[in-house]
Amino acid sequence: MSAKPILEVKNVSKLFGSVIALSNVSAQVYPGEVTCLLGDNGAGKSTLIKILSGVHQPTEGEFYFEGEPVVFNSPREALERGIATVYQDLSLIPLMPIWRNFFLGLEPTKGRGPFKRFDAAFAKKTVREEMAKMGIDIRDPNQAVGTMSGGERQSIAIARAVYFGAKVLILDEPTAALGVKQAGVVLKYVVQAKTRGLGVIFITHNPHHAYAVGDRFIVLKRGKTLGIWRKDEIEREELIRAMSGADELEALSHELNELARRKDIEQQAAA
Amino acid sequence: MTSTTTPSSRKDERVAEISATGKILRRPEVGAVLGALVVWVFFAVIAPENWIGLGGFARIIDSSSTLGIMAIAVALLMIGGEFDLSAGVMTGTAGLIAGLLSTQVGLNFWVAALIALVFALVVGYINGLMVVKTGLPSFIVTLATFFILRGANVGVTKLLTDQVRVAGIDKVAGFASARAFFNTEIAIFGEKFWTSFIWWIIIAIIGAWILQRTHWGNWIFATGGDSKSARNVGVPSVKVKIALFMTTAGAAWLVGIMNDVRLRSAVASQGIGQEFVYIIAAVIGGCLLTGGYGSVMGAAIGALIFGMARVGIVFAGWPTDWFYSFLGVMLLVAVLVNNYTRKRAEAMTTAMVKAKVESGELAKEEGEA
Repeated sequence: MSAKPILEVKNVSKLFGSVIALSNVSAQVYPGEVTCLLGDNGAGKSTLIKILSGVHQPTEGEFYFEGEPVVFNSPREALERGIATVYQDLSLIPLMPIWRNFFLGLEPTKGRGPFKRFDAAFAKKTVREEMAKMGIDIRDPNQAVGTMSGGERQSIAIARAVYFGAKVLILDEPTAALGVKQAGVVLKYVVQAKTRGLGVIFITHNPHHAYAVGDRFIVLKRGKTLGIWRKDEIEREELIRAMSGADELEALSHELNELARRKDIEQQAAA
Repeated sequence: MTSTTTPSSRKDERVAEISATGKILRRPEVGAVLGALVVWVFFAVIAPENWIGLGGFARIIDSSSTLGIMAIAVALLMIGGEFDLSAGVMTGTAGLIAGLLSTQVGLNFWVAALIALVFALVVGYINGLMVVKTGLPSFIVTLATFFILRGANVGVTKLLTDQVRVAGIDKVAGFASARAFFNTEIAIFGEKFWTSFIWWIIIAIIGAWILQRTHWGNWIFATGGDSKSARNVGVPSVKVKIALFMTTAGAAWLVGIMNDVRLRSAVASQGIGQEFVYIIAAVIGGCLLTGGYGSVMGAAIGALIFGMARVGIVFAGWPTDWFYSFLGVMLLVAVLVNNYTRKRAEAMTTAMVKAKVESGELAKEEGEA
């Protein structure tokens, strides 16, 4: 696809004291693609995205954004360059209407001096337009965010990041807390963001969700890269195996069979 | 059939039609407005001769105005997610500082008032700083401030004057102009009004403007709604909270000075117990105790309800010993009305959607499209 990655890390490691959270991990994110970051709990997904979003600085390794080496000292610096992160809590305020939430922290103003005010008409209009671009027809910009479904709230958070100039969008397990249907809705928005030219990093531990929208898969395990594949290089079953650890699964199924067998023997003995 | 309705003109079936009344009922201050009407009508029936007319109106306004100023500041702080229990006693402290500095030290009243303002703002700043830095509930932090100030009010006043009141403020330089500026009597259609009510109206307008129309208002709502999320998107929640504590202290200063120039004296017990009245007025006005929701106009009207009750009891000729019991009942009724209307307003939107789904109307519309 695109020749150059928009974001790239080379051999990054992160140590917290004596704990190696991440060891020699490399990753590339291309514009107009969804890069899925998979792995079990403790695999280092969170550490990696915190490095990408500027929360942590890598202990070792190189970080390139748009071809230049960069060091982000805070999430705000990363955001200013165009790396937006949508965390699981979404940073939305449930009691506030959609339009107030959308512009929170970056309110458009009009007027001067003491008459400088939050441009509510512009905010409401923009929210409608931006959500429409993602294929969502919002009912009423005055609706409180707390009354919306989980999928809709995700979409607001994504639309907000896109509107404020994100080039790279990091989505931290956006489907984790959602039902099947709502997760589908969010996956649709992930694709929407990609088709609008953003480099999307989609963190999940659900290989089905990842395979549905991903162009590129990075699987982490215990702080190391287990593998990097393009979609045409890997089947879904392979991805699932890679992610869950095929050996461990086999061992587990063996153990379960053994348990079932023993129970059978016990029952026969009793009879 | 479908050809006649283009997608753009077709109404979204997920939007329940909300009538004009429904929209009004959804506003946070509506409970307070209804409560105020109920109380007004109640006394209009019981004591019509004094109540109805400009004279009664002037008394009600006078009884509510300084309370209203405080309720507005306290409401903003509550929407920002915090309490200030030292707000009441601070009115006394500010008044005493201005009074003592002018009568005992001999400063011009304006200078004394200015020093009192600086002191109030510093206390507000410290309140805010302690709350945001320690993460302790503001209820506890400001309760401590409340007791410290309460003790100091009596202690310092007694030390300097051997009394628990500061008298003779009207004899100091600058008093007349301060009185004209802060709180004086004016006649409107032959009825006496205190100008503090003008301050009340102006502050209500400014407060409502800030809350509803400026980015600061957005930050106040967000800070009270979820300060962690607010910080994540770049809202300076710490600054917002400290500014709100300073606003409350500043309002208390204004009320303290208003009392000084009106009564020409200051007493050490001034304002004690009022902090709860401010909070109650804000709650009647639609503020959530947990923050993130409320209205400045509502709080101003909540204060009006209190003013009416205070005056109404006297007009009705009831024993004033029972005033607080009556106030308690009033509060309960107002809050219940408030609660009921809010629930009704919420139910109106969801119930309509629900009814549509149940009747199969939604499915039919989808089929047409």
